[in-house]
Amino acid sequence: MRFRGRSRKDEAPPQDTVPPPPAAPPGATPPLLVIDALGRKCPIPIIMLAERIREIPVGQIIAVLADDPAAHTDIPAWCRMKSQEFVWEETLPQGGWGFHVRRSY
Amino acid sequence: MSGGYFDAASAEPLHPAGRSALISALDSAWADPARLYGAARSARLELDRARARVAAVLGVRADEVAFTTSGTQAAHLGILGSLRSRRRVGRHLVVSAVEHSSVLHAAEAHERDGGETTVVGVDETGRVDPAEFAAALRPDTALACLQSANHEVGTLQPVAEAAEACRAAKIPLLVDAAQSIGRTPVPDGWSLLTASAHKWGGPPGVGVLVVRKGTRWRSPMPDDEREGRRVPGFENVPAIVGAAAALEAFAADMSEEAARLSELVTMIRERVPATVPDVQVVGDPVRRLPHLVTFSCLYVEGEALLTELDRLGFAVSSGSSCTADTLRPSHVLEAMGVITHGNVRVSLPRGAEPSAVERFLAVLPDAVARLRAAAGVTGA
Ligand SMILES: Cc1ncc(COP(=O)(O)O)c(C=O)c1O
Repeated sequence: MRFRGRSRKDEAPPQDTVPPPPAAPPGATPPLLVIDALGRKCPIPIIMLAERIREIPVGQIIAVLADDPAAHTDIPAWCRMKSQEFVWEETLPQGGWGFHVRRSY
Repeated sequence: MSGGYFDAASAEPLHPAGRSALISALDSAWADPARLYGAARSARLELDRARARVAAVLGVRADEVAFTTSGTQAAHLGILGSLRSRRRVGRHLVVSAVEHSSVLHAAEAHERDGGETTVVGVDETGRVDPAEFAAALRPDTALACLQSANHEVGTLQPVAEAAEACRAAKIPLLVDAAQSIGRTPVPDGWSLLTASAHKWGGPPGVGVLVVRKGTRWRSPMPDDEREGRRVPGFENVPAIVGAAAALEAFAADMSEEAARLSELVTMIRERVPATVPDVQVVGDPVRRLPHLVTFSCLYVEGEALLTELDRLGFAVSSGSSCTADTLRPSHVLEAMGVITHGNVRVSLPRGAEPSAVERFLAVLPDAVARLRAAAGVTGA
């Protein structure tokens, strides 16, 4: 069961419970811009994504590196809300994830 | 002008009927209800009368009702006691992903004890798919749990359908009705039900565990004689008496008040997205509790927004308080796949003033804008 509740600090980091990462989808476009939000708590990674996605052309990919578990839910949810395209997510060897988003407008 | 208390889902203010019953019972029902002398017999009588009044509101038999010290304790005892009594059937437990932490922590305790749990997911409104719930039931399932309504987003769950599936499979269903008792009709078809008095205007420290006749249950705790051997420890009779009086009065009030609160909630659901940019109102817009609405403001930290609203005089809560000891986002919002930050839950107590709701709606847009500006958001 995945519930770790309002977890205590001594619990295992949530990365341990996340299913194995999907491989990069075949033919995945490499990101044009990578923003590093590691160590930053939500909503900062989302704020950074929203600000900086304007720097890439429509159709290109921006990747956000983040390790706040909330980003896991918030980045795909932000994409749905703002009609941007969530492409895939990778698990980073040093912990955290890279979230790949295509600018769609 | 002053603010408002909008956190009834955490604690409904003490109902006047509960308050006066509590105060008089402090003088009349302090003795040990298990003893035989006069003062003890009075306490026993008041305890039994409170049990009968709660049973009548819930539509159950008095001997099916046990008083606990909280909704949390009711859930723990209900779940672990049911699992214990059905060990021979199996050790599989079914819960929804959006249950209260008391249910999910009991499920974790069951797993630590060698049991198995299946977690049934929800859609974007926080609602369980009854077919998925039914499909999770197995021949070795000892118990299934489904809340009547979600405490963070107000979505009502398909309890009738879940109960039907459980009945067909001969599996007991435990319904955590803490958020709905007194506000919406008591569901049918369950085997165990739990609730909490401070959610209906009773005093804190009283919960209810109902075990229907014919439902197997065996205490997971050391033996004790109290509460029909279901709940250990000396009953807080005055608080129970206050809780019963409050429930009767609150449920009667809600027959009209619920519709009024629901209209205020509809107003909030419409006005917030119209006046605050980048906001998402979450939870089912129709199949919902009458008094509760939740929304998430992009780019704002939930904790900061709560603090700002508190400064303005409004008491609201959030599923997304990322304080040091709550490193994970709300498991409810996570299961729904919606934004977990900037989350505000507004839950209106009985008698909530429309003018107070108007004031809240008037100050909210600027409060959000100030926090966004402070975080350097330039209007994404
Ligand atoms: C759905 C639900 N179940 C159980 C509980 C626990 O009740 P108590 O606060 O009495 O322990 C709550 C209280 O927040 C709740 O909302």
